[in-house]
Amino acid sequence: MPAANRPLTLKRVLNTPAIAITLYAAIVGLICFVSYTGAQNMGYNWQWYQVPKYLYRFTDDGFQAGEILTGLWATIVLSVSSFALALLLGLGVALLRLSGLLVGKGVAVGYLEFIRNIPLLVLLYLFYYVLGPVFGLDRWTAAMLTLAVFHSALISEIFRAGINSVPVGQWEAAASIGMSRAQAYHYIILPQSIRIMLPPLTGEVVHLIKSSAIVSVIAVAELTTVGRNIISDTYMSFEIWFTVAAVYLVLTLILSFGVSAVERRFQPET
Amino acid sequence: MSKEPIIVAQGIGKSFGDFKALTDVSLTVHKGERVVVCGPSGSGKSTLIRCFNGLENHDTGHLTIDGAELYEDAPHIRQLRQDVGMVFQQFNLFPHLTVLENLIIGPMKVRKLSRAQAETTARKYLERVRIPEQAEKRPAQLSGGQQQRVAIARALCMEPRVMLFDEPTSSLDPEMIGEVLDVMVELAQTGMTMVVVTHEMGFARKVADKMVFMEVGRIVEISPPETFFTNPASARARMFLDQILEH
Ligand SMILES: Nc1ncnc2c1ncn2[C@@H]1O[C@H](COP(=O)(O)OP(=O)(O)OP(=O)(O)O)[C@@H](O)[C@H]1O
Ligand SMILES: [Mg+2]
Repeated sequence: MPAANRPLTLKRVLNTPAIAITLYAAIVGLICFVSYTGAQNMGYNWQWYQVPKYLYRFTDDGFQAGEILTGLWATIVLSVSSFALALLLGLGVALLRLSGLLVGKGVAVGYLEFIRNIPLLVLLYLFYYVLGPVFGLDRWTAAMLTLAVFHSALISEIFRAGINSVPVGQWEAAASIGMSRAQAYHYIILPQSIRIMLPPLTGEVVHLIKSSAIVSVIAVAELTTVGRNIISDTYMSFEIWFTVAAVYLVLTLILSFGVSAVERRFQPET
Repeated sequence: MSKEPIIVAQGIGKSFGDFKALTDVSLTVHKGERVVVCGPSGSGKSTLIRCFNGLENHDTGHLTIDGAELYEDAPHIRQLRQDVGMVFQQFNLFPHLTVLENLIIGPMKVRKLSRAQAETTARKYLERVRIPEQAEKRPAQLSGGQQQRVAIARALCMEPRVMLFDEPTSSLDPEMIGEVLDVMVELAQTGMTMVVVTHEMGFARKVADKMVFMEVGRIVEISPPETFFTNPASARARMFLDQILEH
């Protein structure tokens, strides 16, 4: 049906660009206004001018990262290393589960149920206060292991679904030319499942970055901890938490855009 | 024709749970022989030829491939599969690889040939199946008939001693069946040992040395094509032939 002939529904009116942008601006403005007036009524003393120096400074030596950027870097390093480890663990668990061995399946399912059913915070305490002293883990390592183990559960499910989405005929074709199971995974199955696994894996990275904030409870010096420390020195809770939230948002948005670009490359040509 | 046996099945049986897919099946395929297997749907044709390259493990009886008894052991079966090529009804090409990569991955990763050696062989077989110009394309860019010819070339690149075909033309549009059968006829003329599950009776008449008719998991009849098509020994085979030749 030509666009002009379609009836004007409320949905279509709201979706015209001009109205959508106006509405969006109105909603964002309202939120800002409410929080601003709320803060005014509390007698809050806004000090936004103080914030930039916690992000960066220009001194005689040139550009200097402020505490927040340093914290951001720590968050990135922590997230990247945890995610890499989580991928390995997740792949291992998924392969165990798909191995066809009863033992393998048992171990994998036990692991998954354990991780899924305890809160992240408790897992962190387990690693830091129990396994930490036993194995001599510092807070950084305990934090990294916690995040990796916690996220490996969902990642292994993503791997399993991706691997299972490859038709059984691909396994048979690989077998029929004499490939071993490991070779079939390596050359045939995993390359085909990546395309399917990429979107949920990105979601998991974003999830991990966000849950990495929890390690501030054991004072690992990442973004959230840095924010808390600045506030305890300056009492600028509104400005700093807004800034920290914005930094997380920018980080995860950049990541999502980057990954959708990569995904487009992985689409099979037809 | 040499009379050396290459596949010897003696009383093999195979069950899926309680369901007996194969019962007491005995069949000998000699080197250079072309065997065509037919029979109604569900009669166990696929199960039988999948046993020949270990995609299914038989539960009872003995199966010998080129003198070596087949037993359930991964490295042993892998070794055997290098000598037994298989072509599937659904082609099962690797969609993420180009045609050429589909052909060379087995020789390179399994037979450990160099890329140059593998490519020389691959181009030779692409020529043989008459699609040398498609080497750089992805399977999805080819027609069904071309894909199945690539699948045949992929199996041939492993330089097998036996080729198994499981209804290689059943999922093709009618106008593409001929090009695949032509390639198979040529392959037969090179002296390749072939076991072909098919209902293409024209092809069977042309190349078969032996017709095998199966029903409910058993081999009902093994005859030379002359007798099979004119005067089958079993009433079941006669009915089956009447049915499919009508179409
Ligand atoms: N993996 C399996 N699990 C359970 N039953 C199976 C399995 N594979 C085959 N069967 C059953 O075994 C019987 C024989 O199957 P098979 O595929 O060998 O028949 P076929 O002669 O090749 O039939 P078609 O002409 O339809 O391909 C069928 O009844 C089928 O349902
Ligand atoms: Mg079949």
